[in-house]
Amino acid sequence: MTATLWLLSALALVLAVWSVRRLAALETPRWAGSASAVLFGGWVLFFWQAGVTAFEVPRVLLPAPLAIAQSLWDHAATLGRDFVQTVLKAVLFGWVLGSALGFAVGVAIDRLPFLQRGLLPVASLTSTVPLVAVAPIMVMWFGFEWQSKAAVVVLMTFFPMLVATLAGLQAAGRIERELMHSYAASYTRTLLDLRLPCAVPFIVSALKVNATLALIGAIVAEFFGSPTVGLGFRISTEAAKMNMALVWGAIVVAAVTGSLAYALLVRLERRLAFWHPSVRSR
Amino acid sequence: MGIRVAMNRVLPVATVLAALLLLWYAGAVGLNASGAIERVLSNQPGWTTADLVAATWAMERPVLPAPHQVALDLWHSTVDWPLDSPRNLLYHAAVTAQSTLVGFVLGTLLGMLLAAAIVHSRTLDRALLPWIVASQTVPVLAIAPIVLVILGSLGFSGVAPKAAIAMYLCFFPVTVAMVQGLRSPQRIETELLHTYAATRLQALWMLRLPAALPFLFPSLRVAIAAGLVGAMVAELPTGAQAGLGARLLTGSYYGNTVGIWSALVLSALLGLGLTAAVAGVERLVLQRRPA
Repeated sequence: MTATLWLLSALALVLAVWSVRRLAALETPRWAGSASAVLFGGWVLFFWQAGVTAFEVPRVLLPAPLAIAQSLWDHAATLGRDFVQTVLKAVLFGWVLGSALGFAVGVAIDRLPFLQRGLLPVASLTSTVPLVAVAPIMVMWFGFEWQSKAAVVVLMTFFPMLVATLAGLQAAGRIERELMHSYAASYTRTLLDLRLPCAVPFIVSALKVNATLALIGAIVAEFFGSPTVGLGFRISTEAAKMNMALVWGAIVVAAVTGSLAYALLVRLERRLAFWHPSVRSR
Repeated sequence: MGIRVAMNRVLPVATVLAALLLLWYAGAVGLNASGAIERVLSNQPGWTTADLVAATWAMERPVLPAPHQVALDLWHSTVDWPLDSPRNLLYHAAVTAQSTLVGFVLGTLLGMLLAAAIVHSRTLDRALLPWIVASQTVPVLAIAPIVLVILGSLGFSGVAPKAAIAMYLCFFPVTVAMVQGLRSPQRIETELLHTYAATRLQALWMLRLPAALPFLFPSLRVAIAAGLVGAMVAELPTGAQAGLGARLLTGSYYGNTVGIWSALVLSALLGLGLTAAVAGVERLVLQRRPA
Protein backbone atom coordinates (compact mmCIF):
# COMPACT_ATOMS: atom_id res chain seq x y z
CA MET A 1 0.00 0.00 0.00
CA THR A 2 2.65 2.47 1.04
CA ALA A 3 4.78 1.45 -1.93
CA THR A 4 1.93 2.33 -4.29
CA LEU A 5 1.51 5.64 -2.50
CA TRP A 6 5.17 6.52 -2.86
CA LEU A 7 5.12 5.49 -6.51
CA LEU A 8 2.06 7.64 -7.16
CA SER A 9 3.61 10.64 -5.39
CA ALA A 10 6.83 10.24 -7.36
CA LEU A 11 4.84 10.09 -10.59
CA ALA A 12 2.84 13.16 -9.63
CA LEU A 13 6.04 15.02 -8.76
CA VAL A 14 7.63 14.16 -12.12
CA LEU A 15 4.45 15.23 -13.89
CA ALA A 16 4.35 18.48 -11.92
CA VAL A 17 7.96 19.43 -12.64
CA TRP A 18 7.63 18.46 -16.29
CA SER A 19 4.39 20.38 -16.85
CA VAL A 20 5.57 23.56 -15.15
CA ARG A 21 8.89 23.44 -17.01
CA ARG A 22 7.20 22.90 -20.35
CA LEU A 23 4.76 25.74 -19.82
CA ALA A 24 7.47 28.10 -18.55
CA ALA A 25 9.68 27.33 -21.57
CA LEU A 26 7.02 28.46 -24.04
CA GLU A 27 7.76 31.75 -25.77
CA THR A 28 4.21 32.24 -27.01
CA PRO A 29 1.44 32.91 -26.12
CA ARG A 30 2.06 35.93 -23.93
CA TRP A 31 0.09 34.54 -21.02
CA ALA A 32 2.37 31.50 -20.75
CA GLY A 33 4.33 33.19 -17.93
CA SER A 34 1.29 33.85 -15.77
CA ALA A 35 -0.13 30.47 -16.67
CA SER A 36 2.97 28.70 -15.38
CA ALA A 37 2.74 30.66 -12.13
CA VAL A 38 -0.90 29.61 -11.76
CA LEU A 39 -0.05 26.02 -12.62
CA PHE A 40 2.78 26.05 -10.09
CA GLY A 41 0.41 27.39 -7.41
CA GLY A 42 -2.08 24.68 -8.31
CA TRP A 43 0.54 21.94 -7.96
CA VAL A 44 1.64 23.33 -4.59
CA LEU A 45 -1.96 23.18 -3.38
CA PHE A 46 -2.26 19.63 -4.76
CA PHE A 47 0.85 18.39 -2.95
CA TRP A 48 -0.19 20.23 0.19
CA GLN A 49 -3.57 18.48 0.13
CA ALA A 50 -2.11 15.10 -0.83
CA GLY A 51 0.73 15.31 1.67
CA VAL A 52 -1.48 16.30 4.56
CA THR A 53 -3.95 13.51 3.76
CA ALA A 54 -1.37 10.81 3.07
CA PHE A 55 0.84 11.47 6.06
CA GLU A 56 -2.11 12.25 8.33
CA VAL A 57 -0.60 15.53 9.46
CA PRO A 58 -2.58 16.67 12.51
CA ARG A 59 -5.08 19.41 11.74
CA VAL A 60 -3.55 21.65 14.40
CA LEU A 61 -0.25 21.59 12.59
CA LEU A 62 -1.27 22.16 9.01
CA PRO A 63 -4.85 21.93 7.75
CA ALA A 64 -5.37 20.80 4.17
CA PRO A 65 -6.40 23.41 1.59
CA LEU A 66 -9.82 21.78 1.25
CA ALA A 67 -10.29 22.00 5.02
CA ILE A 68 -9.39 25.69 4.84
CA ALA A 69 -11.87 26.21 2.01
CA GLN A 70 -14.49 24.35 4.00
CA SER A 71 -13.83 26.53 7.05
CA LEU A 72 -13.98 29.67 4.89
CA TRP A 73 -17.41 28.53 3.71
CA ASP A 74 -18.64 27.49 7.18
CA HIS A 75 -17.49 30.67 8.90
CA ALA A 76 -18.27 33.07 6.07
CA ALA A 77 -20.55 35.14 8.30
CA THR A 78 -17.94 35.45 11.07
CA LEU A 79 -15.16 36.29 8.65
CA GLY A 80 -17.45 38.76 6.92
CA ARG A 81 -17.96 40.61 10.21
CA ASP A 82 -14.20 40.49 10.82
CA PHE A 83 -13.64 41.93 7.36
CA VAL A 84 -16.06 44.79 8.00
CA GLN A 85 -14.48 45.51 11.38
CA THR A 86 -10.85 45.40 10.33
CA VAL A 87 -10.82 46.38 6.67
CA LEU A 88 -13.84 48.58 6.10
CA LYS A 89 -13.56 50.43 9.39
CA ALA A 90 -9.99 50.47 10.74
CA VAL A 91 -7.93 50.04 7.56
CA LEU A 92 -10.01 52.13 5.18
CA PHE A 93 -10.52 54.99 7.61
CA GLY A 94 -6.91 55.02 8.79
CA TRP A 95 -5.48 54.63 5.29
CA VAL A 96 -7.56 57.49 3.88
CA LEU A 97 -6.96 59.79 6.84
CA GLY A 98 -3.24 59.02 7.20
CA SER A 99 -2.55 59.38 3.48
CA ALA A 100 -4.64 62.55 3.23
CA LEU A 101 -2.85 64.09 6.21
CA GLY A 102 0.55 63.16 4.80
CA PHE A 103 -0.38 64.69 1.45
CA ALA A 104 -1.84 67.84 3.03
CA VAL A 105 1.22 68.44 5.22
CA GLY A 106 3.49 67.77 2.25
CA VAL A 107 1.71 70.39 0.14
CA ALA A 108 1.44 72.80 3.06
CA ILE A 109 5.17 72.87 3.76
CA ASP A 110 6.04 72.99 0.07
CA ARG A 111 6.86 76.70 0.38
CA LEU A 112 8.79 76.30 3.63
CA PRO A 113 12.16 74.78 2.71
CA PHE A 114 13.36 75.11 6.29
CA LEU A 115 10.55 72.88 7.58
CA GLN A 116 11.09 70.49 4.68
CA ARG A 117 14.76 70.07 5.50
CA GLY A 118 13.77 69.47 9.12
CA LEU A 119 10.85 67.12 8.56
CA LEU A 120 12.19 65.01 5.71
CA PRO A 121 15.02 63.28 7.63
CA VAL A 122 12.73 62.66 10.60
CA ALA A 123 9.96 61.30 8.37
CA SER A 124 12.37 59.04 6.47
CA LEU A 125 13.80 57.65 9.70
CA THR A 126 10.35 56.57 10.88
CA SER A 127 10.42 53.79 8.27
CA THR A 128 13.12 52.08 10.36
CA VAL A 129 11.12 52.35 13.58
CA PRO A 130 8.57 49.67 14.51
CA LEU A 131 5.68 52.15 14.55
CA VAL A 132 3.12 49.42 15.05
CA ALA A 133 4.39 49.14 18.63
CA VAL A 134 2.34 52.24 19.52
CA ALA A 135 -0.71 49.95 19.37
CA PRO A 136 -0.95 49.42 23.16
CA ILE A 137 -0.86 53.18 23.70
CA MET A 138 -3.54 53.77 21.09
CA VAL A 139 -5.66 51.06 22.70
CA MET A 140 -5.32 52.94 26.00
CA TRP A 141 -6.25 56.26 24.43
CA PHE A 142 -9.00 55.28 22.01
CA GLY A 143 -10.34 52.09 23.57
CA PHE A 144 -10.64 48.58 22.21
CA GLU A 145 -12.85 49.46 19.26
CA TRP A 146 -11.68 50.06 15.70
CA GLN A 147 -10.77 53.70 16.36
CA SER A 148 -7.55 52.70 18.12
CA LYS A 149 -6.55 50.49 15.16
CA ALA A 150 -7.35 53.31 12.76
CA ALA A 151 -5.10 55.59 14.84
CA VAL A 152 -2.20 53.13 14.47
CA VAL A 153 -2.86 52.98 10.73
CA VAL A 154 -2.94 56.80 10.49
CA LEU A 155 0.45 57.00 12.16
CA MET A 156 1.93 54.26 9.95
CA THR A 157 0.62 55.68 6.66
CA PHE A 158 1.29 59.36 7.36
CA PHE A 159 5.06 59.39 6.95
CA PRO A 160 5.42 57.40 3.70
CA MET A 161 2.87 59.71 2.09
CA LEU A 162 4.62 62.82 3.42
CA VAL A 163 7.96 61.67 2.05
CA ALA A 164 6.42 60.72 -1.31
CA THR A 165 4.56 64.01 -1.64
CA LEU A 166 7.67 66.04 -0.90
CA ALA A 167 9.68 64.01 -3.41
CA GLY A 168 6.91 64.18 -5.99
CA LEU A 169 6.56 67.93 -5.79
CA GLN A 170 10.27 68.21 -6.62
CA ALA A 171 9.89 65.93 -9.64
CA ALA A 172 8.79 68.49 -12.19
CA GLY A 173 11.59 69.30 -14.59
CA ARG A 174 13.40 72.60 -14.71
CA ILE A 175 12.36 73.32 -18.28
CA GLU A 176 8.68 72.85 -17.50
CA ARG A 177 8.93 75.06 -14.44
CA GLU A 178 10.64 77.79 -16.39
CA LEU A 179 7.99 77.53 -19.06
CA MET A 180 5.29 78.07 -16.44
CA HIS A 181 7.31 80.97 -15.10
CA SER A 182 7.56 82.55 -18.54
CA TYR A 183 3.76 82.31 -18.78
CA ALA A 184 3.67 84.34 -15.56
CA ALA A 185 1.79 81.46 -13.99
CA SER A 186 1.08 81.97 -10.31
CA TYR A 187 2.34 79.56 -7.64
CA THR A 188 -1.08 77.92 -7.40
CA ARG A 189 -1.38 77.52 -11.20
CA THR A 190 2.05 75.91 -11.39
CA LEU A 191 1.19 73.66 -8.48
CA LEU A 192 -2.14 72.55 -9.94
CA ASP A 193 -1.17 72.29 -13.59
CA LEU A 194 2.41 71.09 -13.42
CA ARG A 195 3.78 69.98 -10.09
CA LEU A 196 0.86 68.01 -8.67
CA PRO A 197 0.38 66.02 -11.90
CA CYS A 198 4.12 65.28 -11.85
CA ALA A 199 3.77 64.08 -8.27
CA VAL A 200 0.97 61.61 -9.07
CA PRO A 201 3.21 58.55 -9.68
CA PHE A 202 4.95 59.16 -6.35
CA ILE A 203 1.66 59.57 -4.53
CA VAL A 204 0.14 56.43 -6.02
CA SER A 205 3.25 54.43 -5.08
CA ALA A 206 2.87 55.70 -1.52
CA LEU A 207 -0.80 54.68 -1.59
CA LYS A 208 0.26 51.17 -2.64
CA VAL A 209 2.89 50.90 0.11
CA ASN A 210 0.39 52.30 2.58
CA ALA A 211 -2.29 49.77 1.66
CA THR A 212 -0.06 46.89 2.79
CA LEU A 213 1.18 48.84 5.81
CA ALA A 214 -2.39 49.65 6.83
CA LEU A 215 -3.45 46.00 6.71
CA ILE A 216 -0.42 44.94 8.74
CA GLY A 217 -0.96 47.78 11.23
CA ALA A 218 -4.63 47.03 11.82
CA ILE A 219 -4.12 43.27 12.15
CA VAL A 220 -1.13 43.55 14.49
CA ALA A 221 -2.83 46.28 16.55
CA GLU A 222 -5.67 43.83 17.16
CA PHE A 223 -3.17 41.41 18.70
CA PHE A 224 -2.80 43.99 21.49
CA GLY A 225 -6.45 44.06 22.41
CA SER A 226 -9.66 44.33 20.46
CA PRO A 227 -13.39 43.64 20.71
CA THR A 228 -14.29 40.04 19.89
CA VAL A 229 -14.35 40.73 16.18
CA GLY A 230 -11.68 41.53 13.63
CA LEU A 231 -9.21 39.64 11.44
CA GLY A 232 -6.29 40.09 13.83
CA PHE A 233 -8.42 39.05 16.79
CA ARG A 234 -9.62 35.99 14.83
CA ILE A 235 -6.08 35.00 13.91
CA SER A 236 -4.65 35.33 17.42
CA THR A 237 -7.54 33.72 19.35
CA GLU A 238 -8.19 30.85 16.93
CA ALA A 239 -4.44 30.13 16.83
CA ALA A 240 -4.51 29.92 20.64
CA LYS A 241 -7.51 27.56 20.35
CA MET A 242 -5.63 25.48 17.75
CA ASN A 243 -8.43 25.99 15.23
CA MET A 244 -5.92 26.41 12.44
CA ALA A 245 -8.34 26.02 9.54
CA LEU A 246 -10.14 29.19 10.57
CA VAL A 247 -6.82 31.01 11.13
CA TRP A 248 -5.82 30.17 7.57
CA GLY A 249 -9.27 31.29 6.46
CA ALA A 250 -8.75 34.71 8.06
CA ILE A 251 -5.33 34.92 6.41
CA VAL A 252 -6.83 34.10 3.02
CA VAL A 253 -9.30 36.97 3.54
CA ALA A 254 -6.45 39.35 4.46
CA ALA A 255 -4.30 38.20 1.53
CA VAL A 256 -7.11 38.56 -1.00
CA THR A 257 -7.90 42.01 0.39
CA GLY A 258 -4.27 43.10 0.05
CA SER A 259 -3.95 41.84 -3.52
CA LEU A 260 -7.26 43.37 -4.59
CA ALA A 261 -6.34 46.73 -3.07
CA TYR A 262 -3.04 46.61 -4.93
CA ALA A 263 -4.72 45.69 -8.21
CA LEU A 264 -7.22 48.54 -7.81
CA LEU A 265 -4.41 51.01 -7.13
CA VAL A 266 -2.51 49.83 -10.21
CA ARG A 267 -5.64 50.56 -12.27
CA LEU A 268 -5.92 53.96 -10.61
CA GLU A 269 -2.28 54.63 -11.49
CA ARG A 270 -2.90 53.81 -15.15
CA ARG A 271 -5.89 56.13 -15.17
CA LEU A 272 -4.12 59.05 -13.46
CA ALA A 273 -0.53 58.74 -14.64
CA PHE A 274 -1.14 57.41 -18.15
CA TRP A 275 1.54 59.79 -19.46
CA HIS A 276 4.33 58.47 -17.21
CA PRO A 277 7.05 56.37 -18.91
CA SER A 278 6.72 53.55 -16.39
CA VAL A 279 3.02 53.20 -17.23
CA ARG A 280 3.37 53.69 -20.99
CA SER A 281 6.02 50.99 -21.26
CA ARG A 282 3.62 48.34 -19.96
CA MET B 1 31.66 69.38 7.01
CA GLY B 2 31.57 73.14 6.99
CA ILE B 3 29.55 75.25 9.34
CA ARG B 4 27.11 76.28 6.62
CA VAL B 5 26.37 72.67 5.74
CA ALA B 6 25.82 71.91 9.39
CA MET B 7 23.50 74.88 9.71
CA ASN B 8 21.62 73.80 6.61
CA ARG B 9 21.15 70.25 7.77
CA VAL B 10 21.27 70.16 11.53
CA LEU B 11 19.41 73.33 12.39
CA PRO B 12 16.12 72.44 10.65
CA VAL B 13 16.10 68.93 12.11
CA ALA B 14 16.92 70.26 15.56
CA THR B 15 14.12 72.80 15.27
CA VAL B 16 11.62 70.14 14.24
CA LEU B 17 12.70 67.86 17.08
CA ALA B 18 12.49 70.73 19.59
CA ALA B 19 9.01 71.58 18.33
CA LEU B 20 7.98 67.94 18.73
CA LEU B 21 9.31 67.94 22.29
CA LEU B 22 7.34 71.12 23.09
CA LEU B 23 4.22 69.60 21.55
CA TRP B 24 4.77 66.49 23.65
CA TYR B 25 4.96 68.52 26.85
CA ALA B 26 1.89 70.54 25.87
CA GLY B 27 0.06 67.33 24.99
CA ALA B 28 0.99 65.88 28.37
CA VAL B 29 -0.62 68.88 30.07
CA GLY B 30 -3.73 68.66 27.92
CA LEU B 31 -4.24 64.91 28.14
CA ASN B 32 -3.38 64.51 31.83
CA ALA B 33 -5.15 67.62 33.12
CA SER B 34 -8.49 66.01 33.99
CA GLY B 35 -6.81 63.05 35.67
CA ALA B 36 -4.46 65.31 37.60
CA ILE B 37 -7.32 67.49 38.85
CA GLU B 38 -9.25 64.42 39.90
CA ARG B 39 -6.51 62.42 41.56
CA VAL B 40 -3.70 64.77 42.61
CA LEU B 41 -5.16 68.21 43.16
CA SER B 42 -8.51 67.22 44.71
CA ASN B 43 -7.08 67.28 48.24
CA GLN B 44 -5.33 70.57 47.73
CA PRO B 45 -7.85 73.38 47.25
CA GLY B 46 -6.73 76.65 45.75
CA TRP B 47 -4.29 75.12 43.28
CA THR B 48 -2.83 77.30 40.60
CA THR B 49 -2.10 76.67 36.94
CA ALA B 50 1.55 76.09 37.80
CA ASP B 51 0.50 73.36 40.24
CA LEU B 52 -1.62 71.78 37.55
CA VAL B 53 1.20 71.79 35.01
CA ALA B 54 3.64 70.36 37.53
CA ALA B 55 1.13 67.67 38.46
CA THR B 56 0.49 66.66 34.85
CA TRP B 57 4.21 66.18 34.28
CA ALA B 58 4.74 63.96 37.32
CA MET B 59 1.77 61.63 37.38
CA GLU B 60 2.00 58.02 38.44
CA ARG B 61 -0.12 56.64 35.60
CA PRO B 62 -0.43 59.43 33.08
CA VAL B 63 -2.37 59.22 29.84
CA LEU B 64 0.70 60.66 28.17
CA PRO B 65 3.89 60.68 30.25
CA ALA B 66 6.11 63.71 29.89
CA PRO B 67 9.38 63.17 27.98
CA HIS B 68 11.54 63.51 31.09
CA GLN B 69 9.46 60.82 32.84
CA VAL B 70 10.11 58.44 29.96
CA ALA B 71 13.79 59.36 29.90
CA LEU B 72 14.09 58.79 33.65
CA ASP B 73 12.26 55.46 33.46
CA LEU B 74 14.47 54.43 30.55
CA TRP B 75 17.56 55.37 32.56
CA HIS B 76 16.42 53.54 35.68
CA SER B 77 15.29 50.43 33.87
CA THR B 78 18.60 50.14 32.03
CA VAL B 79 21.02 51.09 34.80
CA ASP B 80 19.48 50.01 38.09
CA TRP B 81 19.49 46.30 37.33
CA PRO B 82 22.25 43.94 36.19
CA LEU B 83 22.29 43.36 32.45
CA ASP B 84 21.05 39.75 32.69
CA SER B 85 18.12 40.59 34.91
CA PRO B 86 14.65 40.41 33.29
CA ARG B 87 13.93 43.74 34.94
CA ASN B 88 16.54 45.41 32.79
CA LEU B 89 15.11 46.80 29.58
CA LEU B 90 18.41 46.31 27.77
CA TYR B 91 18.09 42.58 28.42
CA HIS B 92 14.77 42.60 26.57
CA ALA B 93 16.23 44.72 23.78
CA ALA B 94 19.07 42.20 23.44
CA VAL B 95 16.60 39.30 23.25
CA THR B 96 14.69 41.06 20.47
CA ALA B 97 17.85 42.11 18.67
CA GLN B 98 19.16 38.56 18.77
CA SER B 99 16.13 37.00 17.12
CA THR B 100 15.98 39.86 14.63
CA LEU B 101 19.61 39.44 13.63
CA VAL B 102 19.51 35.63 13.40
CA GLY B 103 16.38 35.85 11.26
CA PHE B 104 17.86 38.66 9.19
CA VAL B 105 21.05 36.77 8.36
CA LEU B 106 19.20 33.55 7.51
CA GLY B 107 16.52 35.36 5.52
CA THR B 108 19.10 37.35 3.56
CA LEU B 109 21.16 34.25 2.71
CA LEU B 110 18.05 32.36 1.68
CA GLY B 111 16.81 35.28 -0.38
CA MET B 112 20.14 35.65 -2.18
CA LEU B 113 20.36 31.92 -2.92
CA LEU B 114 16.83 31.83 -4.26
CA ALA B 115 17.44 34.96 -6.33
CA ALA B 116 20.52 33.35 -7.89
CA ALA B 117 18.44 30.26 -8.67
CA ILE B 118 15.65 32.35 -10.18
CA VAL B 119 18.03 34.27 -12.41
CA HIS B 120 19.43 31.02 -13.79
CA SER B 121 16.20 29.12 -14.18
CA ARG B 122 13.48 30.21 -16.51
CA THR B 123 11.06 27.84 -14.80
CA LEU B 124 11.58 29.35 -11.37
CA ASP B 125 11.50 32.82 -12.89
CA ARG B 126 8.11 32.35 -14.47
CA ALA B 127 6.50 30.01 -11.95
CA LEU B 128 7.83 31.19 -8.58
CA LEU B 129 8.84 34.85 -8.92
CA PRO B 130 5.28 36.16 -9.52
CA TRP B 131 4.23 34.62 -6.20
CA ILE B 132 7.14 36.23 -4.34
CA VAL B 133 6.37 39.61 -5.90
CA ALA B 134 2.67 39.23 -5.09
CA SER B 135 3.52 38.38 -1.49
CA GLN B 136 4.68 41.99 -1.11
CA THR B 137 1.07 43.15 -1.34
CA VAL B 138 -0.14 40.68 1.29
CA PRO B 139 0.16 41.15 5.07
CA VAL B 140 2.48 38.13 5.46
CA LEU B 141 3.11 39.15 9.06
CA ALA B 142 -0.39 37.80 9.81
CA ILE B 143 0.82 34.19 9.55
CA ALA B 144 3.20 34.76 12.48
CA PRO B 145 0.81 33.11 15.00
CA ILE B 146 0.65 30.04 12.74
CA VAL B 147 4.42 29.78 12.55
CA LEU B 148 4.57 30.06 16.34
CA VAL B 149 2.01 27.28 16.80
CA ILE B 150 3.65 24.95 14.27
CA LEU B 151 7.18 25.46 15.59
CA GLY B 152 5.91 25.32 19.16
CA SER B 153 4.23 21.96 18.67
CA LEU B 154 7.36 20.67 16.92
CA GLY B 155 9.23 21.45 20.13
CA PHE B 156 11.06 24.61 19.13
CA SER B 157 11.06 27.39 21.66
CA GLY B 158 13.10 30.43 22.51
CA VAL B 159 14.89 32.16 19.67
CA ALA B 160 14.01 29.76 16.85
CA PRO B 161 10.31 30.64 16.27
CA LYS B 162 10.96 34.36 16.55
CA ALA B 163 13.94 34.16 14.22
CA ALA B 164 11.85 32.12 11.77
CA ILE B 165 9.27 34.89 11.56
CA ALA B 166 11.93 37.59 11.19
CA MET B 167 13.53 35.37 8.55
CA TYR B 168 10.56 35.01 6.27
CA LEU B 169 9.79 38.72 6.56
CA CYS B 170 13.37 39.58 5.53
CA PHE B 171 13.37 36.99 2.79
CA PHE B 172 10.78 38.49 0.43
CA PRO B 173 12.18 41.99 -0.13
CA VAL B 174 15.75 40.65 -0.43
CA THR B 175 14.72 38.10 -3.06
CA VAL B 176 12.84 40.64 -5.17
CA ALA B 177 15.67 43.18 -5.04
CA MET B 178 18.39 40.58 -5.66
CA VAL B 179 16.65 39.24 -8.77
CA GLN B 180 16.47 42.77 -10.08
CA GLY B 181 20.11 43.40 -9.16
CA LEU B 182 21.50 40.16 -10.60
CA ARG B 183 19.78 41.04 -13.87
CA SER B 184 21.12 44.58 -13.94
CA PRO B 185 24.39 43.96 -15.87
CA GLN B 186 24.25 45.20 -19.44
CA ARG B 187 24.14 42.79 -22.30
CA ILE B 188 27.55 43.97 -23.48
CA GLU B 189 29.09 43.01 -20.14
CA THR B 190 27.57 39.54 -20.05
CA GLU B 191 28.70 39.00 -23.63
CA LEU B 192 32.22 40.08 -22.77
CA LEU B 193 32.35 37.47 -20.04
CA HIS B 194 30.96 34.99 -22.54
CA THR B 195 33.83 35.68 -24.92
CA TYR B 196 36.24 35.03 -22.05
CA ALA B 197 34.57 31.61 -21.76
CA ALA B 198 33.60 32.45 -18.20
CA THR B 199 31.43 29.84 -16.53
CA ARG B 200 28.02 30.79 -15.16
CA LEU B 201 29.46 30.62 -11.66
CA GLN B 202 32.28 32.98 -12.59
CA ALA B 203 29.84 35.35 -14.25
CA LEU B 204 27.70 35.27 -11.13
CA TRP B 205 30.63 35.93 -8.85
CA MET B 206 32.52 38.52 -10.88
CA LEU B 207 29.77 40.39 -12.67
CA ARG B 208 26.27 39.78 -11.39
CA LEU B 209 26.94 39.83 -7.66
CA PRO B 210 28.91 43.11 -7.60
CA ALA B 211 26.32 44.67 -9.90
CA ALA B 212 23.54 43.55 -7.55
CA LEU B 213 25.01 45.16 -4.43
CA PRO B 214 23.46 48.62 -4.96
CA PHE B 215 20.08 46.87 -5.26
CA LEU B 216 20.73 44.61 -2.29
CA PHE B 217 21.46 47.20 0.37
CA PRO B 218 18.26 49.26 0.18
CA SER B 219 16.33 46.01 0.45
CA LEU B 220 18.43 45.01 3.47
CA ARG B 221 17.37 48.20 5.22
CA VAL B 222 13.73 47.38 4.48
CA ALA B 223 14.34 43.80 5.57
CA ILE B 224 15.88 44.55 8.94
CA ALA B 225 13.07 46.93 9.82
CA ALA B 226 10.51 44.29 8.82
CA GLY B 227 12.45 41.65 10.75
CA LEU B 228 12.38 43.77 13.89
CA VAL B 229 8.61 44.18 13.66
CA GLY B 230 8.33 40.43 13.06
CA ALA B 231 10.45 39.57 16.09
CA MET B 232 8.44 41.93 18.29
CA VAL B 233 5.11 40.56 17.07
CA ALA B 234 6.41 37.03 17.66
CA GLU B 235 6.96 37.95 21.31
CA LEU B 236 3.33 38.91 21.80
CA PRO B 237 1.35 35.66 22.10
CA THR B 238 1.06 33.74 25.30
CA GLY B 239 4.24 32.54 26.88
CA ALA B 240 6.49 35.30 25.65
CA GLN B 241 8.56 36.14 28.71
CA ALA B 242 11.26 38.29 27.27
CA GLY B 243 11.73 40.84 24.55
CA LEU B 244 10.50 44.33 23.80
CA GLY B 245 7.21 43.03 22.38
CA ALA B 246 6.52 41.13 25.61
CA ARG B 247 7.35 44.27 27.58
CA LEU B 248 4.85 46.28 25.54
CA LEU B 249 2.16 43.69 26.17
CA THR B 250 2.77 43.38 29.93
CA GLY B 251 2.89 47.16 30.13
CA SER B 252 -0.53 47.40 28.55
CA TYR B 253 -1.92 44.64 30.81
CA TYR B 254 -0.84 46.43 33.98
CA GLY B 255 -1.57 49.96 32.74
CA ASN B 256 2.09 50.87 33.16
CA THR B 257 2.10 53.74 30.65
CA VAL B 258 5.59 54.97 31.37
CA GLY B 259 6.88 51.42 30.93
CA ILE B 260 5.18 51.12 27.54
CA TRP B 261 6.68 54.39 26.43
CA SER B 262 10.19 53.44 27.44
CA ALA B 263 9.85 50.08 25.66
CA LEU B 264 8.56 51.99 22.64
CA VAL B 265 11.45 54.45 22.70
CA LEU B 266 13.96 51.65 23.09
CA SER B 267 12.45 49.69 20.19
CA ALA B 268 12.67 52.84 18.06
CA LEU B 269 16.33 53.22 19.05
CA LEU B 270 16.92 49.55 18.29
CA GLY B 271 15.37 49.99 14.85
CA LEU B 272 17.52 53.05 14.17
CA GLY B 273 20.63 51.26 15.43
CA LEU B 274 20.07 48.14 13.31
CA THR B 275 19.43 50.24 10.20
CA ALA B 276 22.50 52.34 10.93
CA ALA B 277 24.55 49.14 11.21
CA VAL B 278 23.30 47.97 7.80
CA ALA B 279 24.02 51.41 6.35
CA GLY B 280 27.53 51.26 7.82
CA VAL B 281 28.20 47.88 6.21
CA GLU B 282 26.81 49.27 2.97
CA ARG B 283 29.22 52.19 3.06
CA LEU B 284 32.18 49.89 3.80
CA VAL B 285 31.31 47.45 1.02
CA LEU B 286 30.41 49.98 -1.65
CA GLN B 287 33.49 52.06 -0.87
CA ARG B 288 35.77 49.19 -1.82
CA ARG B 289 34.10 48.85 -5.17
CA PRO B 290 35.91 50.46 -8.06
CA ALA B 291 33.58 53.10 -9.38
